[in-house]
Amino acid sequence: MPEPMGFYTDTTVCIGCKACEVACKEWNQLPSTNGGRNTLSGDSYDNTRRLDGIHWRHVKFIEQFTEDRKDGRWLLMSDVCKHCVQAACLEVCPTGAIVRTEFDTVVIQSDACNGCRDCISACPFGVIEVNPASGTAQKCTLCYDRMQGGMEPACSKACPTQSIQFGTISQLRERAQKRVEQLHQAGEQRAYLYGADDKMLGGLNSFYLLVDKPEVYGLPPDPKMPTRNLASASWFSVLGAVLVGLVGLFNFRNRGARLREEGRQ
Amino acid sequence: MIEVPSSTFMSAAPDWGWYIALYFFFGGLAGGCYFLAALIDLVGHPDDRPLARLGYYIAFPCVVISALLLTLDLGQPLRFWHMLVESNTYRPMFKPWSPMSVGSWALLIFGFFSLLSFIGALVEDNRLDWPAGRSIRRPGALSRLIAVIGGLFGFYVAGYTGVLLAVTNRPIWSDTPLLGLLFVVSAASISAALMILLARKTISTAPGLESLHRIDAWVVALELLVLIALMITLGPVFRAWLNVWGLLLLLVIIIGMLVPLALYFRRGWLGDRNTQTAAALVLLGGFILRVVIIFSAQSV
Repeated sequence: MPEPMGFYTDTTVCIGCKACEVACKEWNQLPSTNGGRNTLSGDSYDNTRRLDGIHWRHVKFIEQFTEDRKDGRWLLMSDVCKHCVQAACLEVCPTGAIVRTEFDTVVIQSDACNGCRDCISACPFGVIEVNPASGTAQKCTLCYDRMQGGMEPACSKACPTQSIQFGTISQLRERAQKRVEQLHQAGEQRAYLYGADDKMLGGLNSFYLLVDKPEVYGLPPDPKMPTRNLASASWFSVLGAVLVGLVGLFNFRNRGARLREEGRQ
Repeated sequence: MIEVPSSTFMSAAPDWGWYIALYFFFGGLAGGCYFLAALIDLVGHPDDRPLARLGYYIAFPCVVISALLLTLDLGQPLRFWHMLVESNTYRPMFKPWSPMSVGSWALLIFGFFSLLSFIGALVEDNRLDWPAGRSIRRPGALSRLIAVIGGLFGFYVAGYTGVLLAVTNRPIWSDTPLLGLLFVVSAASISAALMILLARKTISTAPGLESLHRIDAWVVALELLVLIALMITLGPVFRAWLNVWGLLLLLVIIIGMLVPLALYFRRGWLGDRNTQTAAALVLLGGFILRVVIIFSAQSV
């Protein structure tokens, strides 16, 4: 059994070149938006807009500037599926199309998915969407086919700044921790790791080094499993059934008894 | 700086649209009508039998419509069976912790029992001359057993959709545990309303209809309380309804709950049309309620 594998993304060295997006699209043969007739979003240099069924990598451009733009900074982050150890999508998938691989990554089997889209609403990161070409839910596979052949995923291979690093989770966590310490020593006290420990959904197999609050990057500060509501919602529904049952029972039974009484007289 | 009231605001919308809104409505009607019919079957007076049969006549077609709507909504409709059978291994596919998985099985089982009751009602009404069908018509132990099991699954079908929405990470849906409760109560209110609208008023059915009116008034009042409780449990996420969806919800409360309640208790307002109007408004309100809940959480 191979060791758990994943990505460590150091957002401080991302230059927004989008090589990862291009490599991902090429390797996975993902179609272009609107047949290549994409429009500009007007949101910085981000014309990809979001992760979806045909964009499994998305470089986010966050501009933090003063109003006169004399001072400020760019936050750049290449977003991708987090391959959660406790994966919400895998948990709710009613067809068994979403599986955990031998590399501890999460993959949607397109031939088994029927496009019910339950996984889309379950993912706390908004990663999954339907690929219109297949009619099924799709997302990053962490290049499962390349990994089976002993190769690294296309995006990390293409990344020119080592912002996206691929490896075993234990190695990546160690490397990321050292980088945080280095940044702290250099004066960047805001640097921290997002999802690198087991506290967040059992650990994210694609984790990040960030220098601002998660929500600034469009990441949930406190992602949770969807089944947290299962027991409470079910019990309240049972309560509803009991209440409605009692209302119905009293009305029809009283009437039945009354009529039987009248019949006897 | 982006401030969000809940982590659920970072998730993506599943694009569940009109097929699902209609399914929630027809599924609620199927489960609710079957439950009311089973209740009449089990504890009601023989004079109310036409009402019970009416419930069964509504339930089965509504299950069929529900299954069609769900299938059409899939990205790959021909793979609808993947919900029940694992396509790679051909083993049964069942995840007890996934409401959609359990719901698929429940819909199948409920469909079977509602078909049996539908046939039983046809035989009882002499609309179907099928000797074998006599064993499942009233009165009889088998028909009672069918009514009990079908009634339980009917309630499940009516309420699991709310639990399914709660078991996601979307705003509103997963920020309250009360959607299942709301859908169960609402299924009862719209079902009683539809049965009131479709029942032929005769001397023998009039007292049974009276019981349905009372049930509807009670469950509409209960539904209003549950909706208010749901809004409170949303906490800061409630602000997601401070828009046109909130206005629609207010409309549901006024025309789908308060006006029908007033009409149920003030019989003189519209004369003969009083209860019919109230029932029609409850039905309309129940549909808009589902539309608001489905679409508002996806437009955040």
